[in-house]
Amino acid sequence: MTLLPGATEKLLGLVIDLDTCVGCQACVTACKGWNDAGIGLSDQDPYGADPSGTFLNRVHSYQVAVPDGPAQVVTFPRSCLHCEVAPCVTVCPTGASYKRAEDGIVLVNEDACIGCGLCAWACPYGAREMDAAQGVMKKCTLCVDRIYNDHLPEADREPACVRTCPTNARHFGDLADPESPVSRLVAERGGYDLMPGMGTRPTNKYLPPRTKGPGNASPLAPLLDVQAHGIAGWLDRMLGKI
Amino acid sequence: MHPAPSVILFSTLSGLGFGFLAFLGWGAVQPSGWGAFFLWGLGYGLAVAGLMASTFHLGNPKNALKAFSQWRTSWLSREAWASVATLVLLAPAALAGIFGLGLPAVVGQVGGALALLTVGTTAMIYAQIRAVPRWHHWLTPVMFLAFALAGGAMLSDQTWAPMALLALGAVLLAVWRVGDGAFAKAGESLGTATGLGGLGVPSVLDPAHTAGSYLKREMIFVVGRKHAAKLRRIALALAALAPALVLLLPLGPWAIALAAVLHLAGALAARWLFFAEAEHVVGLYYGARG
Repeated sequence: MTLLPGATEKLLGLVIDLDTCVGCQACVTACKGWNDAGIGLSDQDPYGADPSGTFLNRVHSYQVAVPDGPAQVVTFPRSCLHCEVAPCVTVCPTGASYKRAEDGIVLVNEDACIGCGLCAWACPYGAREMDAAQGVMKKCTLCVDRIYNDHLPEADREPACVRTCPTNARHFGDLADPESPVSRLVAERGGYDLMPGMGTRPTNKYLPPRTKGPGNASPLAPLLDVQAHGIAGWLDRMLGKI
Repeated sequence: MHPAPSVILFSTLSGLGFGFLAFLGWGAVQPSGWGAFFLWGLGYGLAVAGLMASTFHLGNPKNALKAFSQWRTSWLSREAWASVATLVLLAPAALAGIFGLGLPAVVGQVGGALALLTVGTTAMIYAQIRAVPRWHHWLTPVMFLAFALAGGAMLSDQTWAPMALLALGAVLLAVWRVGDGAFAKAGESLGTATGLGGLGVPSVLDPAHTAGSYLKREMIFVVGRKHAAKLRRIALALAALAPALVLLLPLGPWAIALAAVLHLAGALAARWLFFAEAEHVVGLYYGARG
């Protein structure tokens, strides 16, 4: 059903802290591992000359030229943002792409997917990848098969990427509840939306890197300004005149 | 965007086919007997061949029938309905023409209007996508309809067909002119894509992955843009100018055939550019723009 449910009771999603993310790629690996065992995420020629594969989460790294401050390196995980106005859902011709009314998770019903790829085109964030072996669209499920899974210990009932993150840069919770820990994080740290101009109203939020203090001058800096004295100084002056 | 041959063939052939079917439905040409069989067959052949080609790019075509279900939100689903409705509604008009039966003209007229509506729904599949700024403009459906109308007028030997082809050329020029500024106008950059724009000026330090991926193959196509300027001249000359001139030559039906071949080649070039030149905002994450 590709009609969006409108306001959902819950808005389950992630809050990603760009200040503490170190770009270790553990979330990429945990996501791939869990979902490959679940829905299947195929690789093509994985050990060959031209490897390629399906991933639901990828970590970029950027450098930021900061005016009046030291340059910063920011590692940046990118996955489905479970948008409130999800353009990937409404374009789907078969109803395979849908947004759950109960918790706002955007999912693909692979049994109805024709693999036309239109939803991947409609997503500004590159959150969807077609599985080349299965011919159907794959996307982050927010580990819907973990978070409600009574067979798992309670500590494991969160998305694999969140569970595995060694720096606690990823947080999972209900962003519709203003008192939830994730909502408070967003409020305290100025969490923001990616590409708000696209009108998608993402559920996932990103916390900006904290601003660093002014760059400390290098301890070797005084040595850069060498003044010659004595004979060397006399030579320096004389040679300068020739 | 990756210019998939099946999608280029589909939208070009079916656009021309439905354009021609519209003119046949409206009775702009009224062939009879074998002539009717041939002309209606050409219209149906182009439209159906295009629709068949479109199924080749599906990853999982066994579910294709489900594509009729989501017409309330999906332009692709609406296109499926509109195309089938057109082909079904025009069938009695075609049979009436071939066998010389009487049929109220309104059937053909409604069918003809539906044929144009089908082309409009095809265009909206692209025009609705905000993440591809070059497509997200009302000129996209105008261009698709201009192709259908000019092509249909040409195939149905309308006296004003050369004018329609020249108008199509003008539309193409407008599409390219507006399209070239569309990405910048959308206002997205690596700064807005990552939200780091407030901190400073971000740029790519390391790629997220060194190997290829679906995203890079499908959305971040860059190979063909090198020859874009040349291809635009070719598309303009072949799709619009050359057939307009050929139609003025005293060659009878051969002029139409020659013009159609030239027009189709130009239309394919223009449609290839429509995809190859379209930039998706996801490219920003990979440093494809600023």
